[in-house]
Amino acid sequence: MRSRRNQELVFLAFAGAVTAGAYALASLGRNATIPADLLPFFGFVMALLLGAHLMLRRTAPQADPTILPVVALLNGLGYVFIVRLANDIDDATALPGQQATWTAVGIAAFTAVLLFIPRVRLLDRYRYLAAIAGIGLLILPLVPGIGRTFNGARIWVRIGPISFQPGEFAKIALAIFLASYLAEKREILQQARWKLLGLNLPEPKHLAPVVAAWGISLMVMVFERDLGSSLLIFLLVIVMLWVATSRISYLLAGVAMFLAGGWAASTQFAHVQDRIDIWLRPFDDPDGVGFQPVEASFALANGGLIGTGPGRGEPFRIPEVETDFIFAAIGEELGLLGSVGILVAFLILVTSGFRIAIGTRDDFGKLLATSLAALLGIQAFIIIGGVIRIVPLTGITLPFVSYGGSSLVSNYIIVALLLRISHDGAMRPDLGDDEANDEFDAAAAVAS
Amino acid sequence: MNRQITRLGAGLMVCYLVLFVQLNNIQFFGAEELQTHPSNSRPLVADFGAPRGEIRAADGTVLARSVELEDGVFERQREYPTGELFAEVTGFFSFGSGSDGLEAELDDVLRGEGTQLSDALLEVLGGGSNVNNVDTTLSVALQEAAREALGERRGSVVVLEPTGNVLSLWSWPTYDPNPLASVNSSTARAARSELLANPDNPLLPRTTREVFFPGSTFKVVTAAAALEAEVAELDTPVFASVTDYTPPLTNNPIGNFSGSTCGGPLVELLARSCNAGFAQLAVELVGAEQLVDTAEDFGFGDTPPIGLPDVVASVMPDDFGDPLGVDVDIAPDLLAQLEDPTPVRLTDDIPSLAQSAIGQFDVRATPLQMALVAAAIANDGQVPTPNLITRLVDSEGAITQSGRAGPWRRATSPETAAELRRAMVGVVEAGTGTSLQTPGLVVGAKTGTAQIAAGVDETHAWVIAFAGETIDAPEIAVAVIIEQDATQGEQTGGRVAGPVAQQVLETWMRER
Repeated sequence: MRSRRNQELVFLAFAGAVTAGAYALASLGRNATIPADLLPFFGFVMALLLGAHLMLRRTAPQADPTILPVVALLNGLGYVFIVRLANDIDDATALPGQQATWTAVGIAAFTAVLLFIPRVRLLDRYRYLAAIAGIGLLILPLVPGIGRTFNGARIWVRIGPISFQPGEFAKIALAIFLASYLAEKREILQQARWKLLGLNLPEPKHLAPVVAAWGISLMVMVFERDLGSSLLIFLLVIVMLWVATSRISYLLAGVAMFLAGGWAASTQFAHVQDRIDIWLRPFDDPDGVGFQPVEASFALANGGLIGTGPGRGEPFRIPEVETDFIFAAIGEELGLLGSVGILVAFLILVTSGFRIAIGTRDDFGKLLATSLAALLGIQAFIIIGGVIRIVPLTGITLPFVSYGGSSLVSNYIIVALLLRISHDGAMRPDLGDDEANDEFDAAAAVAS
Repeated sequence: MNRQITRLGAGLMVCYLVLFVQLNNIQFFGAEELQTHPSNSRPLVADFGAPRGEIRAADGTVLARSVELEDGVFERQREYPTGELFAEVTGFFSFGSGSDGLEAELDDVLRGEGTQLSDALLEVLGGGSNVNNVDTTLSVALQEAAREALGERRGSVVVLEPTGNVLSLWSWPTYDPNPLASVNSSTARAARSELLANPDNPLLPRTTREVFFPGSTFKVVTAAAALEAEVAELDTPVFASVTDYTPPLTNNPIGNFSGSTCGGPLVELLARSCNAGFAQLAVELVGAEQLVDTAEDFGFGDTPPIGLPDVVASVMPDDFGDPLGVDVDIAPDLLAQLEDPTPVRLTDDIPSLAQSAIGQFDVRATPLQMALVAAAIANDGQVPTPNLITRLVDSEGAITQSGRAGPWRRATSPETAAELRRAMVGVVEAGTGTSLQTPGLVVGAKTGTAQIAAGVDETHAWVIAFAGETIDAPEIAVAVIIEQDATQGEQTGGRVAGPVAQQVLETWMRER
């Protein structure tokens, strides 16, 4: 079974080589010289990845071998583009250093999760703590004194010298709560005896969490102006209800509520209406409100099939290119091949997550893996779809790729949890109680 | 639940398929449309930053070049090392507000045949690019002399070789092309709006794009018409000494300058610039048809092919009313001197012909056109093609095209031209143009003091001149105008414009 980690090591070497190659190319594209710090840079990237890899060998040797290399590729490529963009954006010289630091912090968080959560089932015990933490984190930016508004969205919290986006961590807490709640209640929720508008729904008290999630996401949208996070959380709730209960009526009710909420929001709130207008008719005002998505499309078109080459495009024309629009920068300089490559990387990540879910026997682990994988997949879809005008643009990060500390750390926690579940699922049949599991762990340790 | 998870995976896969399709739409199938979208400034930016050849003066001084930029979206920016000195000719190459001058006219040449791809390949291979450098005929020394001599007075100086090569085109006010060509859009915008707000319109190349009453400098054309038609010679007939002349069908006399008494044969009329005599000559002996023909032979009504954008044609009116079926009466004292008078038909607007003969009424000329009149007289009656280009050179130094100086049109016979040279030298020796006398040079000239409206004191001061070591082979032709100025009142050509031309001639002699 060691071969899984050996496979991972090979994939990682590949991801590291691609990252270093892109780094060298980006420097060549700009200065026609190989960067002097290529070797230290390559060494740093490889050391970080190797650290994560060794941690997996120690703490989760049977975990899926594809996830870490894909994450390494996304994070590495994102970092290269942040370095490359920092050269061309005003006041951005500090970004690469910060992103490198946050990557290290992310991998530290990744390590901590693997070390301190030996079995993911432990988290099942903290269902309501997770719920309270999730909601608390979501509304934290609204607390006077520590909440900060940036670019119109009140999603930042500043405590002392540290600024972060608590919403990025709230989604993990909410995923844990949902998995735990649904694992217990799924059978009750499957029984729908209560009729409303021709739909068979479960009794209102069991539906309460759904309504609560709906309310929270609307609240986030209204008070924090954070359309992306509210959409993400709302979709997560609906999808998980459906997965847990197999009842299509949840999906339909969710869609109905989404449409109702979205319609109400668009009529009541100018910023929501603006986003929808820009989405539907970006070329009506290409120099004004439509500037960002229109420039992103021009950037992608400029890249064409094979791209301008790293460092040779003009992605810095797009406002916020280092965060929300980094996908357009990659698409411009690496072309359709690069942008589709990013899509494929996320597909691999998400399908690996779902495969882990399917391979896990206990309901909590299964639902948690599903929701974590869905979080990654939906978040990437929302922001990529926003950049290429498939869905209205909402300001959220592209996991692992965009500049942003909170996003990096929270996403590393997500993949650490996925890998933990993966290891658990691969290690043992579900023996039903923790003591038996412990015995199994001991036996496995001896066997290896 | 596994089935649900599989379905969820499939659902997400469909979502990603939509992204894949849209990416193909944007990056492949619709890429061309997006790249040529009117709001897309990327191709314009790439184009603006593309390699572009130099424009150089005759001595190799760089007048315009592209410099590579370290930062920003633009790879290169245009630079004009001589500042405002040659803006009249080079124009500018700006992002967002177009281009002018040679930068506009020779755009294709300067950017070369290269595509973006071949340029990039050449760059990688270490070679040059496909651009062409433009070597012009312009003289830095003469341009500086023109700037110095004219000073801060609205006006123009044009210096030509009689065979057509342009040595100097200067007008004031002008502009520094550098801020206009800046890739910093606020710099460029500010410079542009400041220039546009200036009532004197510094962006206007006055030498080629503005017309003025030529005033008495046009008498050279009238004299040429008389000589070509053989209705007069330089020394005969003798026109009566008068203070004014009243054409038929009007009571408004055409007076001599300052009401002076003036007369004599054509050479004398030209030397002293007698308005009355020239009006009488045109009305009674030359006639409308001959005057219009000669003016057009000099280039009036046509655009001089100098190779600059938006050059305007000078204007010679050709409608002097309907024929009245009778001939113009020739004054008895004049008629007595003529052996075989050719009658001029009377038309009902013949007073305007009298005005036209002295460069008023509806006659208008660019400074370039008046320089071409001087050049034609110097060049045996042949109006040269005004030429700015010595050669086009590619990045390897190979000549891709040579200049095209040569004849443009024939204005007069060589004999007429020789006669007029003699008359114009007389203007400088003992006429209105003594301020042009330059030791060591034979100078011929004609001054002009053009009224801009009846009853207004302000005048344009003109002079056109040629010079050389001998009277038979002049080597330089000049036109100078100092435009009307409310603070200066009446400015006569000899007093005001003459010294400017003289300074240019002195510089030319020194630098030659």
